[in-house]
Amino acid sequence: MNLFDYVRPASVAEAVVAASEPGAAYLAAGTNLLDLMKGGALRPSRLVDVSRLPGLDRIEMLADGGVRIGAMVRNADLARDPAFATAYPAVAEALLSGASPQLRNTATVGGNLMQRTRCAYFYDTASACNRREPGAGCDALAGENRTHAVLGWSDACIATNPSDFCVPLVAFDAVVEIEGPSGRRDVPLEDFHLLPGTAPEHESVLAAGELITGLRLSPEAADFRAHARYLKLRERTSFAFALVSAAAALRIEGGTIRSARLALGGVAAKPWRARAAEALLVGATPTVESFALAADVALAEAMPSGDNAFKIELAKRVVKRAFLLATAGTPRRMPALPASAFSSDTGVLSHA
Amino acid sequence: MTLSICLTVNGVRKDVMLDDPRVTLLDLLRERLDLTGTKKGCDRGQCGACTVLVDGRRINACLALAVSLDGADVLTIEGLADGDRLDPVQAAFIAHDGFQCGFCTPGQIMSAVGLIREGEAGSDPERIREGMSGNLCRCGAYAGIVEAVLDAQRLANEERRVA
Repeated sequence: MNLFDYVRPASVAEAVVAASEPGAAYLAAGTNLLDLMKGGALRPSRLVDVSRLPGLDRIEMLADGGVRIGAMVRNADLARDPAFATAYPAVAEALLSGASPQLRNTATVGGNLMQRTRCAYFYDTASACNRREPGAGCDALAGENRTHAVLGWSDACIATNPSDFCVPLVAFDAVVEIEGPSGRRDVPLEDFHLLPGTAPEHESVLAAGELITGLRLSPEAADFRAHARYLKLRERTSFAFALVSAAAALRIEGGTIRSARLALGGVAAKPWRARAAEALLVGATPTVESFALAADVALAEAMPSGDNAFKIELAKRVVKRAFLLATAGTPRRMPALPASAFSSDTGVLSHA
Repeated sequence: MTLSICLTVNGVRKDVMLDDPRVTLLDLLRERLDLTGTKKGCDRGQCGACTVLVDGRRINACLALAVSLDGADVLTIEGLADGDRLDPVQAAFIAHDGFQCGFCTPGQIMSAVGLIREGEAGSDPERIREGMSGNLCRCGAYAGIVEAVLDAQRLANEERRVA
């Protein structure tokens, strides 16, 4: 790990000033940043510790029925907040399917949005990576790439965004609150992460010094709470990143779908909202046939970026099954294995 | 750059001068406070051998900068027993053979203590396995570990009822 200056500002305003210097990075829990620094993939010259900034650790139910989540709320605290988990069960399920209990106890909401790809070539400083070192090339293109992107990738980068939390958040139109050198602004989470294009080093819309201070979910997002699930396919049951995941939510009235939400994880450099598939389901009956059509539409533009064509079919099956789980209804109690394909307590088909 | 921090470790106040901000909580415990019960396995947050409680919550000590925990209350495996009287989780690990080589054991036990405090696993072995998924055991003593946690959880519930 490189040596760095450690700065602990007393306010958001001080933090923004301290982090506007070239080479500075914000430090929250550090569960991803310190890992990357230990391997030498990231070498910030200054860490600005925002983990204990006042006022950023609250979960506030808003008067309009929405919720505001401070950027320093810990993942486990959000997932365990009874009012939040009742209103947004798919978000709680996604949180509890991510990482390990130890990591969830410390990792923050803002840090989750800022976590870097888990592409091994990004971590390995002996490999070429355009994301880590612009212009260096991409060793993943001709390397071990069975877990890489099938949507929105470019020849410059085929990495995926590893977040579970962001997948239902994008499905439910979460808004990111940002404070920076030129004031405050709100950005829809769907527009927050960037696809690689020719400049994969630009991962989000954040400008130098800008800090995520919170997230908001609207009351409409809670209207899906009776039929909202997150399903995450992994290469081992627990403590693994998604190969493919989906957040699926429905409003069903009289046997007809009134509205649908769908986003996919593990398929692109950003959480992938599938609006065309959502539109197709409005007015349809919640059947496996309807969901199969929606899955085809959601993955219509998918292309393998390497040895990963199987992820396209897998993603379709995960979408279909996530909607079947959502139709069956949000479980009264969080499943023992959140978001797992191996949970058998909901009575739906056990094959994807 | 010298940084002065204060931690409460196993109930004892420790004022520490850090000459380097890179020191993790794990390295502080092992190298500077001579508390080597907390183990360094992967040092990257993947194995759980370094699990300790910070302000009552289990975390990976390898991925926490000591300087950013200024003022925190830390409980390590050394602070768990009351003199010669083992913590019920420690006793349950012995009773159920929840280890072989022992390297992961301090982390397993601290993680189990954290899990029981979180109060969500109950008597469901599947919830205990999931709740302990941040701790790897290369000897594969998982069956004994799950039995030990179940047993310790049962004891904790009984104590709660009595109290």
